Amino acid sequence: MKILVCISNVPDTTTKIKFADDNKSVDFTGVQWVINPWDELALTRAIELKENASNNISSVVVAHVGEATSDPTIRKALAIGADSAIRVNTKADDAFNTAKQLANAVKDEGFDIILCGIESSDHNGSTVGGMLAELLNIDSVTGVSSLEIENGHAKVIREIDGGRETLTVPNTALFVVQKGIAKEPRIAAMRGIMQARTKPIKVVEPVATDSFTQITQLEKPVPRAACKFVDADNAGELITLLQNEAKVL
Amino acid sequence: MSVLIYTENWDNQFKKLSFELVSYGYSVAKMMNTDLKVVSIGNVPEDQLMILGKYGASHIYQVDDNQDFNDRNYTKIIEEVAKKCNAELIIFANNNKGKAISSRLSVRLNAAIATGVSKLPISVNPFVVYKKVFSGKAFADVELKSQTKIITLAQNSFEISENPQTVNIEKLTVSTEASNIKLENTEKQTGKILLNDAEIVVSGGRGMKSPDNWAPLEELASLLGAATACSRPVSDEGWRPHEEHTGQTGKIIAPNLYFAFGISGATQHIAGVSSSKYIVAINTDKDAPIFEQAQYGIVGDAQKVLPQLIQAVKDMQQK
Repeated sequence: MKILVCISNVPDTTTKIKFADDNKSVDFTGVQWVINPWDELALTRAIELKENASNNISSVVVAHVGEATSDPTIRKALAIGADSAIRVNTKADDAFNTAKQLANAVKDEGFDIILCGIESSDHNGSTVGGMLAELLNIDSVTGVSSLEIENGHAKVIREIDGGRETLTVPNTALFVVQKGIAKEPRIAAMRGIMQARTKPIKVVEPVATDSFTQITQLEKPVPRAACKFVDADNAGELITLLQNEAKVL
Repeated sequence: MSVLIYTENWDNQFKKLSFELVSYGYSVAKMMNTDLKVVSIGNVPEDQLMILGKYGASHIYQVDDNQDFNDRNYTKIIEEVAKKCNAELIIFANNNKGKAISSRLSVRLNAAIATGVSKLPISVNPFVVYKKVFSGKAFADVELKSQTKIITLAQNSFEISENPQTVNIEKLTVSTEASNIKLENTEKQTGKILLNDAEIVVSGGRGMKSPDNWAPLEELASLLGAATACSRPVSDEGWRPHEEHTGQTGKIIAPNLYFAFGISGATQHIAGVSSSKYIVAINTDKDAPIFEQAQYGIVGDAQKVLPQLIQAVKDMQQK
């Protein structure tokens, strides 16, 4: 059984976002890049599954759409424990373009399970996984918070509004995973970092594709008004303010 | 041409988010000078369907589907309805179901998609919407350039409004393939207000000090008809269930009022709650970053403040 994990390269969570002069793009100068947090959890779970010999997983591969500047992020995924990587050599400029490039790069690789994080922390789009499943014409399950292999089949828990469902998925499928899939991302050990240097990254050239969306303007959130403090010894006053001033009670 | 909304039901009852979607869709259809149509999948009784008319739905496609929810099949159903009504814009809720269907559908229809939209479109020609990016650290105007367009609406971002219409129900059958995916079990949350639906959320962090200290927080939530939530360390420690974790990798919520008890306000937590209309922070550390986000704050111990708040709410409710 082969598992593919799609990873995105995003600015570190604590990055302060600066815009380019035209306010249409982000100035990434000096930004620290990391594996998208949800993709990193997906990768962690894939590696955990492979470590259990009874699951018979032959390899965990990561796929990424990006230029060579993404290679440190890919190496990190390899250091955490992925066996090899595929990089489509183009800028990921919108979700459809990304999904199309991934689909083209992986369609003949025979993956049994494909994992995608539920969204990327930069564009917050939540669409690449579903698009990829549609392009590959395979089943997908979205909102997966638990993934086990039982008798060669995937058994997943899907979070839905107001509950959760347990599903058995016998065929090739893509799982869009969210919180719960793994507890914490793995930290690469020195041995993993050394091994990652020799693990293969297959570079695939992009195919021509459309891009349907365009950011026309970026803006910062409107700063909130300064916090109004209430004395801790007179905390009940807060309720009066919420009722009469904010009018939310 | 039309605007098409997919309304979700739960045990054949529409959820609040469906009314929000219909109210939103009605306003967008007016901007586009076109009709609003609604698709409902499942055996929702006619009296329930009629309720959608109160918020602006005039034509409802009722698709009778006895299968469990399946990403692929639901996509096919909505694709057929969209083609039937020549939908120019299709709108979903920005939840797991909406994300599952909308992303697949965008490929089938060659439709541009923007998810987590939080306002009415900035313009409809060109079609430009406003959405959060970088987990709330910026907002983007995004132009959708295809003929058919898809958006998902962030929950609690649009006020429900009444736009009474005469409702016409059209029953449809769409053939779908039998799925290999087998539903083994469904667990439903009962007796609790769902976090994503809640207008008020009472949340606790590590500053609550112990899972045994949650009773007053729950009492306050119960008095206010609020949902309970928590920060990531609290759910990771197993003090509270994972469903309650709000934050970047947990639930992203946008209630009217968010109480943060003993939550310092790490970037990742703020990313999940920054769309709340009002944030109230209670923390012993006066320099905690949560106070930069909050409109109201108390520097103090949650355990000492909570009983006072509970009493004040009781007094307010007795008046």
